[in-house]
Amino acid sequence: MELNDLYRDVILDHNRHPRNFGVLEPADASVEGFNPMCGDRLTVRVKMSGDEIADIRFEGQGCAISTASASLMTEAVKGKTRTEALALFERVHRLLTDDAAPSDQLGKLAALSGVREYPARVKCASLCWHTLASALQSADPRHLPAVSTE
Amino acid sequence: MKNIALIKEPRFNVTSVRDDFPVLARMLHGKPLAYLDNGASAQRPTAVIDAVDDYERHHHANIHRGVHTLSQEATSLYEAARDRLVGFLHARARSEIIFVRGTTEAINLVAQSYARPILTSGDEILITYLEHHANIVPWQIVCEQTGAKLVVAPMDEHGAVHVDAVESLMSERTRLFACTQVSNALGTVLPVRRLIAAAKARGITTLLDGAQAVPHMPVDVQDLDCDFYAFSGHKLFGPTGIGVLYGRESMLERMPPWQGGGDMILAVSFGKTTYNALPYKFEAGTPNISGAIGLGSAIAYLDAMDLSGAHAHERALLAYATDMLRGIDSVRIVGTAREKVSLVSFVVAGVHPHDLGTILDQDGIAIRTGHHCAMPVMDFFKLAATARASFAFYNTFDEIDRLRAGILRARSIFA
Repeated sequence: MELNDLYRDVILDHNRHPRNFGVLEPADASVEGFNPMCGDRLTVRVKMSGDEIADIRFEGQGCAISTASASLMTEAVKGKTRTEALALFERVHRLLTDDAAPSDQLGKLAALSGVREYPARVKCASLCWHTLASALQSADPRHLPAVSTE
Repeated sequence: MKNIALIKEPRFNVTSVRDDFPVLARMLHGKPLAYLDNGASAQRPTAVIDAVDDYERHHHANIHRGVHTLSQEATSLYEAARDRLVGFLHARARSEIIFVRGTTEAINLVAQSYARPILTSGDEILITYLEHHANIVPWQIVCEQTGAKLVVAPMDEHGAVHVDAVESLMSERTRLFACTQVSNALGTVLPVRRLIAAAKARGITTLLDGAQAVPHMPVDVQDLDCDFYAFSGHKLFGPTGIGVLYGRESMLERMPPWQGGGDMILAVSFGKTTYNALPYKFEAGTPNISGAIGLGSAIAYLDAMDLSGAHAHERALLAYATDMLRGIDSVRIVGTAREKVSLVSFVVAGVHPHDLGTILDQDGIAIRTGHHCAMPVMDFFKLAATARASFAFYNTFDEIDRLRAGILRARSIFA
């Protein structure tokens, strides 16, 4: 296990300069995610255009892994449909937990594959994805209860 | 590093003591383990491991009721551990030492068995801002059950608690004052003697959470004059799953049982059941026999060592670590009370505690990161988490040097 497998340049960059960071108003869905183990807390807001994610932003405070993952996620899902975004979540989740999971066609998200060598940090990387999934899957996207990784 | 000769305590033999703790020889990711997470749990000396092993191999049987030899041996060992606890805490009698699972269970026992039956709506329970969740949530539960109110005494920006601030919150409705002797999140040593005196003067019952105190200082419950005292075995170099509730005999006598079942009874019929005498009234079911024996042997181990030398060494470690952290730009120590145990919480600008913990782990260094089950303390400092290094007498100055190098490495990764 090498630290630079976890803290790759892409991860460090997205932590230092998170993309799509800030408030999105008005939003079609706003969901808060919380990792009780380390205190990572973020809010994901999406604006839909039909079935497509027209805009997405996140804000909050957390560790480098949770911040970078959220930043990479917002870049990857913007312009995707609900179904496409959820399929991407599925692939990323496998990437984080399964040694044999492929990382092709994931673009910069492949940088998250280092997390699977650090099981204690998987929840950090997956928090934003769980939060996004909650926003997308719900029939009534407004005022959802907070998502937790517990 | 400056003034090492002045800070380092020459007489305590750390090297020889480390040989007593087998896990300290472990290598992690190619580096020797630097175990700086003793506030979460301490390591076990061979003496404790051997005592438990010997019991499991040669003496195990269920206790108290058997007439056969093994049962008598097991009972003897278990009750001998209780006697050790009487000595360790300076309790008056065996009837005042109750074995439980840990500090958390001890506090829940007092909440449900002492507080709940006597509290009425509008009564108050007083705690401090510094408490571990184990000394908050059981009281919240009992307040919800009874309509009593939880009152919280403040702490200052150093993480200290002032007697006058606490006293001013002791009202005619205050029925119980529960506070920690040492803060697990910040290391603050609270002025418990004066706090208990203030409570006693007003007829308020007192409970001390001693989980973080017993590894670092001698505890005399008669001298402290508290009504209840709770601590966990695994923080005192003993096994997990065992802890102690000390209770003043007159209070325990008046309290209804905590859990019902075998061993805490004298006679059972469907018409009527009578309860056993203390301490057994509060020890239902088969206890953690090996845990108690392990805890007894941990105390025997401590009794046989140069404890004052050990505590002096811990003070030197605290001074060295505090000095080291103060010397790093971008490190801020959280918890700067004048009196602390060998524990330091800190944050590093630009490096989240969780990331710091992972990086240090790769260097073989174990620290704790997060809210330390003290979310109110974190909220007070407007932090989600801190990094915490907590030292035992087997830690070394070299390990603190390695901690420093790890912090600098983390900072450069995130620069």
